[in-house]
Amino acid sequence: MSAMTREETEALIQEVLEVYPEKAKKDRAKHLAVNDQEIEQSKKCITSNRKSLPGVMTIRGCAYAGSKGVVWGPIKDMIHISHGPVGCGQYSRAGRRNYYVGVTGVNTFGTMNFTSDFQEKDIVFGGDKKLDKLITEIEQLFPMSKGVSIQSECPIGLIGDDIEAVAKKKAKELEKPVVPVRCEGFRGVSQSLGHHIANDAIRDWVIGNRDGDESFETTPYDVAVIGDYNIGGDAWASRTLLEEMGLRVVAQWSGDGTLSEMELTPKVKLNLIHCYRSMNYISRHMEEKYGIPWVEYNFFGPTKIAESLLKIASYFDDKIKEGAERVIERYKAEYEAVIAKYRPRLEGKRVMLYVGGLRPRHVIGAYEDLGMEVVGTGYEFAHNDDYDRTIKEMGNATLLYDDVTGYEFEEFVKKVKPDLIGSGIKEKYIFQKMGIPFRQMHSWDYSGPYHGYDGFAIFARDMDMTLNNPCWNKMTAPWLKASQEPEAVAAGA
Amino acid sequence: MPNVMIRRKESGELLFYVAKKDMEETIATVERDSESEWGGEVELTDGSRWYIDPISPPPSFPTTLRFKKA
Repeated sequence: MSAMTREETEALIQEVLEVYPEKAKKDRAKHLAVNDQEIEQSKKCITSNRKSLPGVMTIRGCAYAGSKGVVWGPIKDMIHISHGPVGCGQYSRAGRRNYYVGVTGVNTFGTMNFTSDFQEKDIVFGGDKKLDKLITEIEQLFPMSKGVSIQSECPIGLIGDDIEAVAKKKAKELEKPVVPVRCEGFRGVSQSLGHHIANDAIRDWVIGNRDGDESFETTPYDVAVIGDYNIGGDAWASRTLLEEMGLRVVAQWSGDGTLSEMELTPKVKLNLIHCYRSMNYISRHMEEKYGIPWVEYNFFGPTKIAESLLKIASYFDDKIKEGAERVIERYKAEYEAVIAKYRPRLEGKRVMLYVGGLRPRHVIGAYEDLGMEVVGTGYEFAHNDDYDRTIKEMGNATLLYDDVTGYEFEEFVKKVKPDLIGSGIKEKYIFQKMGIPFRQMHSWDYSGPYHGYDGFAIFARDMDMTLNNPCWNKMTAPWLKASQEPEAVAAGA
Repeated sequence: MPNVMIRRKESGELLFYVAKKDMEETIATVERDSESEWGGEVELTDGSRWYIDPISPPPSFPTTLRFKKA
């Protein structure tokens, strides 16, 4: 199927909306749009960051997921207490593949689950005493932890526990930061508010800790990588490029990051933001309070990497500018070989995406480098500023869907018939059973890294592996195939 | 009376950012923008109008200010 025209896409949206009751139809219509690159502001064509409708299948998470899972969780040398009933922490434990170096249980705690395991009596009589005791136990069992964060689950807000008071008391006792985070799951419409709350907690309890302490030796080339969660090693693949061009990466937020790195971030010269959605708040704060400029970058696919490296370099002197060009030159042969190998196998394939914070727009460049086309994209929890940035990246008359429902996504896929879908685990098996190649774009389908030049090679290999997998032409059972010609002997097997 | 963070875009224009509303707009015109003061009625590119008592001397951006709906 060739590219759809604007009218066709609009008709498709109308057709899909048809089954909804009047009120739901009106609401959902605002979240579906046909991309028009002419539009400067996304709020004219799409509504986002609104409460999901009751009764439809949404893929969103909660504020706790945004804070504990995304922002705080990867900080490896702190202990993050899932304060409340045991399930929230246990079922999300280590699911995000934020890689880190360290000895788990000794000086790093990334994949462990700490919870106050609320029981009925804690709900009735309050859980502050239990929290107090828990932090004391943590200190006895894991003396090398650098701090504690208290990630509230829903009941904490409902019963009105004063976790701030406990945090202050324990911080004094342990002489370590104890950070209360009010990220109860019921707050906001999606995990997005959790990011904001987590950022505010970092602002209030961490960022200012080393103000006035000048003992840290700075260089003019200090930067912080913000909003890279080191999924499958992404942040490492990004960091090597930055270091090669002559910059010094002082902090990684928050994949493979530590508490002291975060405290030192106000001393850097430039903040580099990868995931704008989850960390723009803290970057804005640092810009205002410490005068540190920030710049968004994109390390997916050689075109965008080169663009980003040059953009980052433009904030520094000639040494770094030369460094950036040297890095691009150095990897040129490598990525050209990758493109030469995979592009013929992937050319012209069409992709639909539905992911979270930055990937629905950031990976478009990487697909285009491989000759593929993104025909539909959407975010779970984006705000209008994300769509502002997406409109320019996407082709004209492509589909945009915000907080898409299970039904809508399936219908879109049936009509648009993409060659590949990139979304999360909850969508994966539905589409695979429909016979459409699928990659998880949250966890890189247990592969990765995908950032940087090294990551691009893995990205291209993975896309090829999925798309050109021989299983996709075995979707019809042999006895149903009847009159078709006998299958050619598997080539080269 | 929202708290508004004003910062400079790469292109030099001023951005008007309301964290609570998650709203970011470019400032189109400022009533008083001189060496000695900054403020008055501010119009954004989306057409909305805001007011702040003129500040003198002009603040250095980025900074957070309290605006009123005009």
